[in-house]
Amino acid sequence: MEVLLAVVVGILYAAGFYMIMRRSIVKLILGLGLLGHASNMFIFTIGRVMRGNPPVMPHGHDVLTQPYADPLPQAFILTAIVIGFGVQAFATVLVKRAYQTVGTDDFDQMISTDQP
Amino acid sequence: MVLEAVLSGFVLALFAPWIYKVGRGAAGWILALLPIGIFIYFATFVPPVAEGETFVFAQTWVPSIDISLSFNVDGLSLLFAMIISGVGALVIIYAGGYLAHDRDINRFYVYILMFMASMLGVVLSDNVITIFIFWELTSITSFMLIGYYHEKPESRTAALQALLVTGAGGLALMAGLVMMALVGGSWEISELLNRGDVITGSSLYVPILILVLAGAFTKSAQFPFHFWLPNAMAAPTPVSTYLHSATMVKAGIYLMARFSPALGGTQTWTVVVTSFGAVTMLLAAHMAWQKKDLKQILAYSTVSALGILTMLLGVGTHAALEAALVFLVVHSMYKGGLFMVAGAVDHEAGTRDIALLSGLRKAMPITGAAAVLAGLSMSGIPPFFGFVGKELIYESTTEFDMSAILLTVFAFLTNGLTITAALLVAHKPFFGSKLSAPKHPHEAPLTMWLGPVTLGTLGLLFGLLAGWVGEFLIAPAVSAVQHHQTEVHLALWHGFSMILLLSLVTIAFGVLVYWKHEVLGRWFAPSNVISKWGPEQWYFWSLDGMLGFGRWQTRLLQSGYLRNYLLIIIFSTVGLGLYTLSKYNVFSQNTIFRPIDVTSYEFMFMALIVASAFVVTQVRSRLAAVAALGVVGYGVAIIFVLDGAPDLAMTQFSIETLSVILLVLVLYRLPRFIQFSRSRPKKITEITAALAGGGFMALLVLLVTALPAQSRLAPYFAENSYKLAHGHNVVNVILVDFRGFDTMGEITVLGIAAVGVFGLLKLRLDKTRQTDTPPDVLTTQHQSADVFPVMEREQS
Repeated sequence: MEVLLAVVVGILYAAGFYMIMRRSIVKLILGLGLLGHASNMFIFTIGRVMRGNPPVMPHGHDVLTQPYADPLPQAFILTAIVIGFGVQAFATVLVKRAYQTVGTDDFDQMISTDQP
Repeated sequence: MVLEAVLSGFVLALFAPWIYKVGRGAAGWILALLPIGIFIYFATFVPPVAEGETFVFAQTWVPSIDISLSFNVDGLSLLFAMIISGVGALVIIYAGGYLAHDRDINRFYVYILMFMASMLGVVLSDNVITIFIFWELTSITSFMLIGYYHEKPESRTAALQALLVTGAGGLALMAGLVMMALVGGSWEISELLNRGDVITGSSLYVPILILVLAGAFTKSAQFPFHFWLPNAMAAPTPVSTYLHSATMVKAGIYLMARFSPALGGTQTWTVVVTSFGAVTMLLAAHMAWQKKDLKQILAYSTVSALGILTMLLGVGTHAALEAALVFLVVHSMYKGGLFMVAGAVDHEAGTRDIALLSGLRKAMPITGAAAVLAGLSMSGIPPFFGFVGKELIYESTTEFDMSAILLTVFAFLTNGLTITAALLVAHKPFFGSKLSAPKHPHEAPLTMWLGPVTLGTLGLLFGLLAGWVGEFLIAPAVSAVQHHQTEVHLALWHGFSMILLLSLVTIAFGVLVYWKHEVLGRWFAPSNVISKWGPEQWYFWSLDGMLGFGRWQTRLLQSGYLRNYLLIIIFSTVGLGLYTLSKYNVFSQNTIFRPIDVTSYEFMFMALIVASAFVVTQVRSRLAAVAALGVVGYGVAIIFVLDGAPDLAMTQFSIETLSVILLVLVLYRLPRFIQFSRSRPKKITEITAALAGGGFMALLVLLVTALPAQSRLAPYFAENSYKLAHGHNVVNVILVDFRGFDTMGEITVLGIAAVGVFGLLKLRLDKTRQTDTPPDVLTTQHQSADVFPVMEREQS
């Protein structure tokens, strides 16, 4: 299971890296999205996968009994998903404005801090 | 109490601008009260210190690494502290007049007070780290003071030069001091001085000596580092008076004197220190009399005087140390006075060029009198204190056991040319029958003649009271340098001797050179070519080399292309990561070869994720790419559902939906993917980087999961979620309770992102104005471009 998930994580990272190295600024946004998924899966997998045992205790219990999935990585990922969305939203709008201002969506044209 | 005396300057510096706002023209007088108070405070130490007492004040600072704010008042530090506070008071009063109409004068007061406090710290510190910190503070405040006229390029160049030269020396000094402390086994200077034989006997002695001397020589402008001092004359005259004649440049002298019990007394010390000093004093004296600018003459003669002091410390006999400390006091008084005179002349007569000045005594009688007093002391005419100094110098050179004759000849020439310089500064502008100056001169105000008159008079008084000065000021200082109690008997009159004859011949020689200085100047003019290829050129070459290297590596690393940065980041992370992993031998059979227990639907969704990710990278349509990205997100959410993380799945589903909507809305307004052409080798490099990065992350997952799972936190949360926080869903409890503050931070981040998005959407970019006035976004970018002018140049 973890071996396969490792492969999935690797492929998601590779695709993300590839996309952020493109010249189009729109692809950068998509690449960031892929990297977000990759990182979430990364944390999820190294926190060990525990099939079908969510860290939720049934009613009437006051302690969580074994087996259960580690709740801590899940809390991290939950935060990461939401922050990732914030980053993506900001980057998307920034890219849109940059395109409107600079007039190009080609990164190779955006190498100077000066106005073209 | 000493700690407060040292730090009071920093505190007053904070309030100086307000004091100036209230006091205006009187601010100089008000601020001078502090140095006067410090002077009086230290004066109370004179009688007990003359009895042979020393005072130690210790205050722990960073006890874990043996740094303490410990101060030591003995004869040597007391003499320096009194010069620093005494001259400091006169200089601050003088500056009040000299810079009266300058708009930045409040800033000047801040810097000069900070400098004074740092300088007091240097001479009083008893801890090697503390002395280094104060030493560096003097370099930094000196940088700000030399660059005071910051709108002038030559001021900025000179300030930077002084900072780089003394700063480099400071780094060497730090290494030297730390090595000395390790060899000597203590961080307290007073302890190290007791272990001179351990330090001089150690195998590290020569490196320590070289490093410490590098610090002292750069600070005290010894050849070949002397060039920064004449350039530092770009500073306002009060700065030149204070830093570059009376105090800061003597920090190197202080350092050598202070550590001579620990480092001195060896043949290496004597040869190195004496020869550097002797070369500096003669070379600079020779440069001094050929200059036409009053301040340049004084600057080179200061370098020469520092050379004399270094030479005397190198000789290191009782007579030489006596001569060094007497000459130190003499020089601080006459050179401080003459610098102030030069400033007054510049201020009132409109130039510092001696060729344009003559007969000023008629218009500026008081300044002229002060100049004469200082000039006589500088020339070593009895009964001035300078005479005592010069006699002692000859006494020590004629007794030097290595090569008395050579050193005496050097001293003779130096002293003679010093007299020439004294005449050029104190005689040439003030005497002569015809009054000549570029503007109509008149007497300087009280603030500006008080200093030179006081110092000139002291030069005379000290000469008359030589015996008293010797007993109370010089003897304790010599005792401190020699590290045992000793006596000093100074007298104006030693009877007829060879040395008196030598003094008379020196005066004759100096007057002769002055009389013929114009003719001689033409003869010696070709020798100035040397300075063109001298050490200052080495400085500029190395500076250019350094900047060139910086430009080259900036061009290499800062291409401005995002993908180049990414390639560097990915390849170096993978390379360094693999190197570290291979070093710790973490790979095992278990890393890859494990049973794969996967259900069919798990496998299906994983395949779906991989396929969609591939589609995202390849598809041409924006909408299709966004849709494929959405499928990846939902796929991940389903994996979460299957593997025990329902909360994650719910969040992921909703956020993914939002993302897709947002992307579709915004990307719809953006251009289609244009197939930007890119060369094949570049594309292959990028694909390699992407695969390497992905592979490395996959490897990390495999390595971590091959180890047994250990979570010390999970059992805690499992145990306490309900008991402490009354929640059944542990993940939720962590977010809102155990790590509630993290969640609050997260909400804040989202809020800021939302404000940013809103701001960007509302931002009005007026197309018509874009050509002349850049819109807001670009303005901020412009500012960042100004911070890195080099980068900007490279990229445009």
